Amino acid sequence: MEAHQLRAIANRIRRRDLQAVFEAGAGHIGGEMSVIDLLTVLYFHVLNVDPNAPRDPQRDRFVLSKGHTACALYVTLAEAGFLPKAEISTFLQPHSRLNGHPNCTKVPGVETNTGPLGHGLPVAVGMAKAAQLDGAAWRTFVLTGDGEMQEGSNWEAAMAAAQFGLDNLTLIIDHNRFQQGASVAGTNNLAPIPPRFEAFGWAVAEIDGHDIEAIIEALAPAARVPGKPKCIVAHTNKGQGISFMRDRVEWHHKVPNREQYERARQELEEAMP
Amino acid sequence: MTAPRQLHDCRDAFTAVLEALAAANPDVVAVCNDSVGSSKLGGFRDQWPERLINVGIAEQNLVGVGAGLANGGKLPFVCGASCFLTGRALEQIKADIAYSNANVKLCGMSSGMAYGELGPTHHSIEDFAWLRALPNLPVIAPCDRIETAAATRFAASYDGPLFLRLSRVGVPDLLPADHEFALGKANLLRVGDDLTIIANGVLSHRALAAADLLAAQGLEARVLNMATVRPLDDEAIIRAAAETGALLTCEEHTVFGGLGSAVAEVVVRHRPVPMEILGVPGIFAPTGSANFLLDEFGLSPAGIAQSAGRLVARKG
Repeated sequence: MEAHQLRAIANRIRRRDLQAVFEAGAGHIGGEMSVIDLLTVLYFHVLNVDPNAPRDPQRDRFVLSKGHTACALYVTLAEAGFLPKAEISTFLQPHSRLNGHPNCTKVPGVETNTGPLGHGLPVAVGMAKAAQLDGAAWRTFVLTGDGEMQEGSNWEAAMAAAQFGLDNLTLIIDHNRFQQGASVAGTNNLAPIPPRFEAFGWAVAEIDGHDIEAIIEALAPAARVPGKPKCIVAHTNKGQGISFMRDRVEWHHKVPNREQYERARQELEEAMP
Repeated sequence: MTAPRQLHDCRDAFTAVLEALAAANPDVVAVCNDSVGSSKLGGFRDQWPERLINVGIAEQNLVGVGAGLANGGKLPFVCGASCFLTGRALEQIKADIAYSNANVKLCGMSSGMAYGELGPTHHSIEDFAWLRALPNLPVIAPCDRIETAAATRFAASYDGPLFLRLSRVGVPDLLPADHEFALGKANLLRVGDDLTIIANGVLSHRALAAADLLAAQGLEARVLNMATVRPLDDEAIIRAAAETGALLTCEEHTVFGGLGSAVAEVVVRHRPVPMEILGVPGIFAPTGSANFLLDEFGLSPAGIAQSAGRLVARKG
């Protein structure tokens, strides 16, 4: 799909996500806005997945390790045909299968349950290892937060991925520089991330995580480095697309009031490509 | 007196079945945390080196990788010392395995107090409590090499996650050689109507020996081997309570939250009768071998028989 089409989809996903969080009265809107461009390129340009065969053994795997941004994933999955779009209005409602963190036993297209941080990368290593054992062509992608990299389990998995030479594995770090309560730098600073992963034996690329063309290029099969897992540090902005949320830590999980919602909606509509 | 019987390390039975499964099914993989030796995976590694996935000393990753392998179509047996597998990676077991319904077989090796003198850091006497609190994760503690082999075959055929609790402490054969494992079903090891002793794992043979001592005193104990701690065989427990009027549980586990607690939860709801729970009495164990510690905590055949005698005296 062309970049301009992807931008239009990303804008539509942002608007639907905003509405869902506003109506549900809960969500993690800041981190959702920061990952939507990445999710859009993954689902509409990169991933070999089929909503009519969500368990096809040869499908690519995608793991949203930062499971608290589930709403963005649900909207993306609905946009891609895995869920009825109308179902998004059930987000967080009693007995909805769309709870605050994705559940693979209920939601087609979800591969593993996330929520506690630091779980996605180890599971993705197992997936990539399975494909490697079979000599299969399918690829594994995992998207984490940057604050999430404070979890030690990620570094256990990072060592294993390099040891196993999993060049079919791509880790994307949503580097929006904020975690729940403060900046990453002011909490437990991980910067600079690239040399850490290089030291762990990974190939590393840095991109603007809101530049659709850059994301496409970074995730292309040609970007594979033989024998090495790939880490893409995606520089993003929390609350991207909504001026008063952008780079503001309080929008990690704050819910817009009616006035803020209307303002945000208007901004996103004006930004429609 | 019965003649001394030969004792067997159940891990050998586990390994033999795992290797047979691997020979028949190329998707069977073993995942371990630098525990090739202690999980008895040396033979597996030699035959299928690429299918022995050793993640090093990293239990969180161990369990996560197991979940990912299952997602990718493999049938992973994730093996590690039970204390580390269950304690270190409990959240991975909950989220990646049980909640995600990953078809992973968690194999807790050298469980209970098998590591004896190495001390409480290496004892796994909380795993029943931790794991039976989780939905969608059968918890199985075989009593001998026959049940271990049968449960391992069952694990491969069962579509979903489960936990096998495997000891390294030698135990005699208790079940018939053609025994087939049935999830959530107790096995009657001995008939009796004066009380019921319920045990599993390395305690089942001690319970049987205790029943022999009781018989000499004129008390006939029913003995149930209850390998599956969850789902529990409620029916066998309720019947035992109704027919024998007293229940004594024996486990290589803390008395808080294990087999005894699980049995009590059934008894209190359905058929309250006098009960006693034998196990590790809520302390960090002193130095000693597994068998020494079991004796120390009143789980020798004589100790079990003594508790049984007191329990029967409480019957109305």
